[in-house]
Amino acid sequence: MPLLSQPAPKPERPRRKPDLRALPPMAIAGDSVEMRLGDTLVSALPDGALWITDSKTLIVSDLHLEKGSSFALRGQMLPPYDTHAALLKLTDLMLRLQPDIIVSLGDSFHDKGGPNRMDARDRELLRLLMSRCDWVWVEGNHDGRAPETLGGAFHDVLHVGSLVLRHHPTDAAAPGEIAGHLHPCAKVSGRGRSVRRRCFATDGARLVMPAFGAFTGGLNVCDDAFANIFPEGATALVLGKDRVLPAPNERLLSD
Amino acid sequence: MDARAPLLPSPFAEWFAARGWSPREHQLELVRRAQAGLSTLLIAPTGAGKTLAGFLPSLIELAPLKAEGPRRPHKLHTLYISPLKALTTDVARNLSTPASEMQLGVRIETRTGDTPPSKRQRQRAHPPDILLTTPEQLCLLIASEHARVFFEDLQAVVIDEIHALAPTKRGDLLALALARLGRWAPAHRRIGLSATVADEHGLVDWLLGSEPSPPSRGRGRSDAPHVDDRPPPPTPAPQGGGGEARDIIVRAPPGATPIIDVLDSDARIPWSGHTARHAIPEIYETIKRTKLALVFVNTRAQAEMTFQELWRVNEDNLPIALHHGSLDVGQRRKVEAAMAEGKLRAVVCTSTLDLGIDWGDVDLVIQIGAPKGCARLVQRIGRANHRYNEPSRALLAPSNRFEVLECRSAQEAVKEGALDGESRRIGGLDCLAQHIMGCACGEPFDADQLYEEVISTAPYADLSRAQFDRAIDLVATGGYALRSYDRYRRIVQDPHTNRWRARNPSVAQQHRMNVGAIVESEMLDVRLAHRAGVRQRPGVPKSEGPAPLVAGRRLGQIEEYFIEGLAPGDTFLFAGEILRLIGVRETDALVVRAGDQQNPKIPSYAGGKFPLSTFLADRVRHMLHEPARQKSLPPQVREWIKMQKRRSVVPAPDEMLIETFPRATKHYLVCYPFEGRLAQQTLGVLITRRLERLGKHPIGFLASEYAMAVWGLEPMGDIDLAQLFDEDMLGDDLESWLGESTLMKSTFAKCAVIAGMIDRNVPGAERKTGRQVTFSADLIYDVLKQYEPDHILMQAAFQDAGEGYLDIKRLGALLRRVKGKLIHRDLPHVSPFAAPVMLEMGKVGVRGGADEAVLEDAASLIAEAMS
Repeated sequence: MPLLSQPAPKPERPRRKPDLRALPPMAIAGDSVEMRLGDTLVSALPDGALWITDSKTLIVSDLHLEKGSSFALRGQMLPPYDTHAALLKLTDLMLRLQPDIIVSLGDSFHDKGGPNRMDARDRELLRLLMSRCDWVWVEGNHDGRAPETLGGAFHDVLHVGSLVLRHHPTDAAAPGEIAGHLHPCAKVSGRGRSVRRRCFATDGARLVMPAFGAFTGGLNVCDDAFANIFPEGATALVLGKDRVLPAPNERLLSD
Repeated sequence: MDARAPLLPSPFAEWFAARGWSPREHQLELVRRAQAGLSTLLIAPTGAGKTLAGFLPSLIELAPLKAEGPRRPHKLHTLYISPLKALTTDVARNLSTPASEMQLGVRIETRTGDTPPSKRQRQRAHPPDILLTTPEQLCLLIASEHARVFFEDLQAVVIDEIHALAPTKRGDLLALALARLGRWAPAHRRIGLSATVADEHGLVDWLLGSEPSPPSRGRGRSDAPHVDDRPPPPTPAPQGGGGEARDIIVRAPPGATPIIDVLDSDARIPWSGHTARHAIPEIYETIKRTKLALVFVNTRAQAEMTFQELWRVNEDNLPIALHHGSLDVGQRRKVEAAMAEGKLRAVVCTSTLDLGIDWGDVDLVIQIGAPKGCARLVQRIGRANHRYNEPSRALLAPSNRFEVLECRSAQEAVKEGALDGESRRIGGLDCLAQHIMGCACGEPFDADQLYEEVISTAPYADLSRAQFDRAIDLVATGGYALRSYDRYRRIVQDPHTNRWRARNPSVAQQHRMNVGAIVESEMLDVRLAHRAGVRQRPGVPKSEGPAPLVAGRRLGQIEEYFIEGLAPGDTFLFAGEILRLIGVRETDALVVRAGDQQNPKIPSYAGGKFPLSTFLADRVRHMLHEPARQKSLPPQVREWIKMQKRRSVVPAPDEMLIETFPRATKHYLVCYPFEGRLAQQTLGVLITRRLERLGKHPIGFLASEYAMAVWGLEPMGDIDLAQLFDEDMLGDDLESWLGESTLMKSTFAKCAVIAGMIDRNVPGAERKTGRQVTFSADLIYDVLKQYEPDHILMQAAFQDAGEGYLDIKRLGALLRRVKGKLIHRDLPHVSPFAAPVMLEMGKVGVRGGADEAVLEDAASLIAEAMS
């Protein structure tokens, strides 16, 4: 009878995670978290954008604009408001921070046809944003060089002071790399439940940005894909409802 | 009987006679009615020869065709629809036996998800005489080209277990599909096979639909098939004679009244809990005296618990098995086979064995925990003894004091033949959207005609034309106020005929892959983990430290939300074993056996997935208040009620008692609506929000099937309760809560899948697992809520939430019921009725804590480490 209780082997223990000593230095400042990447002070904002105070540079990553219409094209009529939602969020940041430079760190559009599918209202809003500061597109894997047609500067890698900005994180990169692409999410448990949210992932030397787009899903920071970038494990700066909350590595769960 | 004998032609009469049987009156009645071209709703208890009654008329009509020889044309005569795939196979077998014994030469085939494509293709070109299938397969057939040709010879539709299908989303889709068949084969008759139900007329309406235009009353095939491109108006199955709907009901004589006992355990009856652990030894003794007992419980978690407990006392090593929906299919099939072969003595099971198939000679049904509703109880009892004239036997084992009352109430009600009725269902807009797309994939449709057809079905009888047009727009472009997807339409209108059709074959194919109303919760495979490298591959260097864990044997599936609540290292009961969670990899929950553990972490959904029926709740409230009806209760329960009367008050059936009292450092408010866990959970959320605004600093709440308790840091005795419990909480408070509710988001996700906005499986798309789809659906919900809160799918989700997991409809009825009838007692300490609720607090995770708090906990750890 296969249904009966069977003898059990010794239970496995979950793997230990690095302890708190490995935490990078950071400070909670209002709704944001401030930390140093190399010698540059950066702020992780609750909207999922990164702010470099010295150079008044605002970085957002993985906007995935026109993801809704990309799916509609294939017969899944997702709401057509994702581009507008992302641009409004960006407008809000621009009005608050008055940046000199905005960097869109790759995968600005969900696909290469995205810029052509934008409706007039969103196109106008984007044009307005781009006219207020220096606008830099960084090349992504979804959209390639497609955003170039919209104006602004175009780079595959951008250097801002000692920081290196590129879409795809490199394995064992030098300190100071800021990348996107992976859409990090953190799962934190407690009080008999778990919460999964977008997050920044950082070890104090490098940083991976959360996705900014309205429909962009995420990859758990415990996934192997992050192991090569953060060999010592990463701290998650989790996007809460209206502030950024750091979660140490040992509080993070895999999916 | 003799006068009716000619009804049965040769070889049927001989077949019955050769077996020494005579056809039952209701079986003959169905033959008579079929000959007059009439539809029928047959209400019969289990074992009354229901299936044969449904098919006998068709077999009689088909028998003469044999003379035409084996090369006679292929025409679909009878369509049989059952809610279970397994039931179609079972019925096919039971039907084929007499058909071949009588050498009728009738072609009988099944068509389910398991039918290979080659056979499907062949069936479409050469239909059998009788096709046995499921609602989903019918939807697929309708969404195929040449559907009209396939169905236009149809003479009869037999719908089995119609009472189980009608009040569901699958029932919505089926009702719409039947209306389509009514257009293509206007002369067909319908036969509904049902267990005893409270609202028979509701089922009649569902079966026949309304009559927008006079139905054809002729029998047999209509002489002129409709070849012109203006199809006839939708025609429900003929009722005949213009008589009242109730004329179509045929009742088999009820079987013997079941014998129901309530276990008055010698052991102390627990105040709270759902395990009936106290009664296990007595239940075991009962099983020992029985040939085969079905032990029904209400949830999978309870099934696991009960199975463990029974084996703990199983000194005789009786073959006791476990059967529930999460177990691996192979495992379930093994149990079913063992049952059929008479190798088992008891099976602990959930609603998976509620319906349909005979798996053995069950002679006792044991219901652990309260049955929650009379209809369900009667259905379950029917599983014992499928012999018609012998009474079924059942034993009810209440697991706590409130359940003693509930079991007694149910026992009384069954004796009186009283039943709780499901209220009639309003058809889901998501199902309507799916049907519209399905129609467009088959024969192009005219919107006016389709609307007429849709409102002829019972679930959509009240659908406005405006809503229908919005549903078309939802299918075509997503139905957004911002008309940005007009150029990506999934269905397009022919400029000449105005008919709608699928834009291209690929969207039609996409639709066919997404048919159906069953959207499973996100499930994870539970797999035993073991260390990799037991067989080290040559050339692969051994890594440092322990080898990584790899997924091994699959034990079954479990809801993702349950695993989400666990941390690695936690233990739980599954597949009859205590398992420890190691972690989750993609869609696998990796576990190891934890046999050393005595007390697993018990699943938090232990309370029961079926809410107490309104009908039964009402009877419990009356029983509480009428001492005369308490005589049969066990002394400890009577004593408990008496104490409540002394310490607080026992409310009248139409009143709701609210008690406030302090305990330790906290202050409590407990109310007793008796409206089931789901409605009371929603009540708990809303009351907590209100108390927050009143500055009472509520900390948490808990809902049982009978009561709802909320606690906080401030005394609650001075609250204006009439205002607190006012119906207006269903306005803004509900609205703002729904915006964040995870239940609402998953409800929305299901609607979006059914309506075709999100694919079940996108070929080659970036989202590889169901788990990521859920996450995206959350984001879609957030965006839609912000930008187009009145979107038709938001309405659909709200309607579902009202009836499903949030039970808003019932909560509304409760608040109206108790208006002006609140009784308040401000007590110095906990009352006897409140004690069971208080005891449950330690056991279940307290709901109501905010997600943000979880993140803050984690963040405070950082703050500590940094200071």
